[in-house]
Amino acid sequence: MNEEEIKNIIFQLLKKIAPDTEPSELKPDENIREVLNIDSFDSLQFIVSLNEKLGIEIPEEDYGKISTLKSLINYLLEKLKSQLP
Amino acid sequence: MTEFLMPSLGADMEDGTLVEWRKKIGDTVKRGDIIAEVETQKGLIEIEVFDEGVIEKLLIKEGEKVPVGTPMALINPDGAEVETKKETASKKKEVELQPIEEKAEPKVMEKLTKDIRIKATPIAKKIAEDKGIDLSQITGSGENGAITKDDVENAIVQKAEVSKTEKVEAPVEKLIEAELYKMEKQPVEVKKERALTPAEAIRSAVAAAMSKSNREIPHYYLEKRVDMSKAMAWMKETNRERPIEKRLLPAALFIKAVASSLDEVSELNAIWENGLQLKNEINIGFVVSLRTGGIIVPVIIQADSKSVGEIMEVLNDIIPRARALKLRSSELSESTITITNIGEGSADKVFGVIYPPQVAIIGFGNITEQAFAENGMLGIRLVVDVTLAGDHRATDGITGSRFLGSLNKYLQNPESL
Repeated sequence: MNEEEIKNIIFQLLKKIAPDTEPSELKPDENIREVLNIDSFDSLQFIVSLNEKLGIEIPEEDYGKISTLKSLINYLLEKLKSQLP
Repeated sequence: MTEFLMPSLGADMEDGTLVEWRKKIGDTVKRGDIIAEVETQKGLIEIEVFDEGVIEKLLIKEGEKVPVGTPMALINPDGAEVETKKETASKKKEVELQPIEEKAEPKVMEKLTKDIRIKATPIAKKIAEDKGIDLSQITGSGENGAITKDDVENAIVQKAEVSKTEKVEAPVEKLIEAELYKMEKQPVEVKKERALTPAEAIRSAVAAAMSKSNREIPHYYLEKRVDMSKAMAWMKETNRERPIEKRLLPAALFIKAVASSLDEVSELNAIWENGLQLKNEINIGFVVSLRTGGIIVPVIIQADSKSVGEIMEVLNDIIPRARALKLRSSELSESTITITNIGEGSADKVFGVIYPPQVAIIGFGNITEQAFAENGMLGIRLVVDVTLAGDHRATDGITGSRFLGSLNKYLQNPESL
């Protein structure tokens, strides 16, 4: 899975949680939760759905590493790479 | 034979439209089963049944709009009694389209069903005939229940209003208002003038509830800083062992801590209606903000008897449905106290406005790192500012203070929750 595909999945999941927003307009370094106004409950739902889609379990202590679009994509790419045999 | 009536989800609710029967004749139902889906001002609500038995008859059709208190179905408690059923059913039918007026007058309606003959003044009969109004659908307010000219005129107005409200696009949110507001009529009157959007309906419901609260309830406010270090460490540990979809959020812990504290300080788990009435069940209303603006307050029933994990499961189920305005009847009523949780990244503290007729609201602010002194030592701790707004007619500051003390104790011993 490449960066573009991951990005699309992220946008799709964010759109589901915050239908009134336009996730694809997020800038790479913007704080996702702040810009899209996502609370802790929806944030957890997002992490659960990422796990369902990508099979990546993000531990609580890593929440700080995924606050922007750029950092989230990098984090997921890294995890996907480490899952390869 | 038990009648299953169109429930009231608040004093503002006048009627509901049956969207779908979830049970059919001959089905056995038990307490808590969803019997029907009804569209109300607060949305599409799943209506639960509170009796046990076998469904003998469905009295109204899907798509039909009926006033609160109208019998919708007949439930036979022991599944027999086939004989009496038919008779009762046909009598009850007459009540179906009863004018909306007095939602809380089941006795009047019952009386009417027994009295098949219609008493009406001559002028009332004349107007009814001219305007095509069925007198059997009207409750008389005259002598011996006779239908007067005023009654008929009211029925004409109501008929017009019913057809008007049927055009309302999203009646879902009005339900909220009913929920939010089991009180006064004025806001409803305003609303009827035109169809409100869902956001407007919710806004006006919140406005009505909060205005009433501010007008009638003398609030007192208390605040306590609570060290969350232990609670957050406990949660981190617990979450490490849980699969992602079962992870806990601080809100679940707050709700459980409030419920446990209410066990100790029961005066705050109450309503104020002609005096203080303590409630046995601890049903916690949890404020959920809607992305389009406004709030909705689903309830966590008997929160004291649920574990933190179970409360989290309820939240996982109820919050998305609350946001989609798809709640069950019991989930929108019955709360005995409210929690508002502003959450992380936002305001440090929140001073709530009590949701009448409740007597307290507990506010949790942002969990932040703060300088915290304890035992002569200063350190950086995770801290939350907890506030309590209490109804001073019902309790005094000392009661609220005891509550916050108890809450602090529980949050310092999260494993005991």
